[in-house]
Amino acid sequence: MTDILVDIKNMTFKREERTIYENINISIPKGKVTAIMGPSGIGKTTLLRLIGGQLKPQSGDILFDGQNIPTLSRSRLYDVRKRMSMLFQSGALFSEMNVFDNIAFPIREHTQLTDDIIEKMVLMKLQAVGLRGAKDLKPSELSGGMARRAALARSIALDPELIMYDEPFAGQDPISMGVIVRLIKSLNEALGLTSIVVSHDVTEVMSIADYIYIIAEQKVIGQGTAQEIRNQTSGLVNQFVQGEADGPVPFHFPAKGLKEELLKVTK
Amino acid sequence: MESILRLGQSTVSVFSGLGRAVIMLMSALLHVPNFKKGYPLLVKQLYAVGSLSLIIIVVSGGFIGMVLALQGYTILVDYGAEASLGPMVALSLLRELGPVVAALLFAGRAGSSLTAEIGLMKATEQLSSMEMMAVDPLRRVIAPRFWAGFIAMPLLAAIFSMVGILGAHLVGVDWLGVDSGTFWSMMQSQVEFGKDIMNGMIKSVVFAFVVTWIAVYKGYDCEPTSEGISRATTSTVVQSSLLVLGLDFVLTALMFAR
Repeated sequence: MTDILVDIKNMTFKREERTIYENINISIPKGKVTAIMGPSGIGKTTLLRLIGGQLKPQSGDILFDGQNIPTLSRSRLYDVRKRMSMLFQSGALFSEMNVFDNIAFPIREHTQLTDDIIEKMVLMKLQAVGLRGAKDLKPSELSGGMARRAALARSIALDPELIMYDEPFAGQDPISMGVIVRLIKSLNEALGLTSIVVSHDVTEVMSIADYIYIIAEQKVIGQGTAQEIRNQTSGLVNQFVQGEADGPVPFHFPAKGLKEELLKVTK
Repeated sequence: MESILRLGQSTVSVFSGLGRAVIMLMSALLHVPNFKKGYPLLVKQLYAVGSLSLIIIVVSGGFIGMVLALQGYTILVDYGAEASLGPMVALSLLRELGPVVAALLFAGRAGSSLTAEIGLMKATEQLSSMEMMAVDPLRRVIAPRFWAGFIAMPLLAAIFSMVGILGAHLVGVDWLGVDSGTFWSMMQSQVEFGKDIMNGMIKSVVFAFVVTWIAVYKGYDCEPTSEGISRATTSTVVQSSLLVLGLDFVLTALMFAR
């Protein structure tokens, strides 16, 4: 019996000619909150889609409870997905349904439960995220923070083993952010979930993560507990954690020299 | 050399698009149907693409029938052949205008709406989230919309022809004074069920398949941005309309050419 739920081994993923990940290794332990951090645009969301089987790597293994996701047949992949869940950055609530039906959707699709039981289950999930009173609202009537919480209730509807959070704090006000931070931690503890949080909000992530991976330049550049990450001497890790504008990750996008370009303009 | 390269690229792009469209349709349709879950979805889509298209179909059918009667009468009366107004209008509508115009209107009203809806679901990650919930969007989203369009359009074409004939009766008989008995009896004797009505229905079934397929594919395959959805919606209307007109010629040649 392994304590690792998701094990990414020597995985390489390229999008057309661009290499996103090169021989990357990541292990996600069961029952813990693991954070994947890194600058924007390095493919953090891509990593979640690779774990969910929506994308296939060029090489390497992505093991979910021992099953290699990229090699699974369509029907086996859909069976595995019933054991995992993903909270999308946009929430991705179904706009034609109200909040209640959104949360009932996976339960109705995958179980034969009666309407009474489904209603009770949905109300309990909504109670957990504090939105029981908003069950009749349409997604368009919710604020950004409420939509994220409703989507969170939907992702825990079938009590998955793994839940993947894609930038859960992006665009949230401090109150919503605090609520979501507490929800991720408390749901993880109460339901015994395994959580992967992809984010670049250093403070929030460090406050809840049991283990942190920092990714940049197609590979893992730092890993450890929050304290271990703070103590790291790597320039790249320090720049990211301290939020410094310039450093190993340059502030300027590669370009010709400023003087050369300005002189060209005056000519 | 450059032009040969571009020609090659666009040929590959057309065939790869066609391949993706075939795979999408096969994946959406080739499975054991779950009637308990599928039936309510189909009914909802039948309302969205069928019932909500009724107004444009009825109004257009009525006016086209009225115009046909007016134009037909002014030509036929010169030869003392106004008694043939009924069959002329009925044959025009049943063989050609009913299936073709209903398909063009359907592409503009329901086809564009299907593409935009599916495209927006893709852009807002609703299709991705469905996949991650182990629910196949091809079966949950694409299949009911495809079947709804495929069922609704031939019915709309039949309604179009029927309302057109009533419009022609209003103008030809009630306004211009063609004898009502002659109008209906000539129509009954000249219109053949197999040759005219059934061939018209076959045409509208073919158009329904093509228009709905293009509409759902363009939405599913679109670039998930506002420009991508806009391009896909336009492309649905343009490609469906051109294909309907082209196929109409082919089908007419096969069905009616002597």
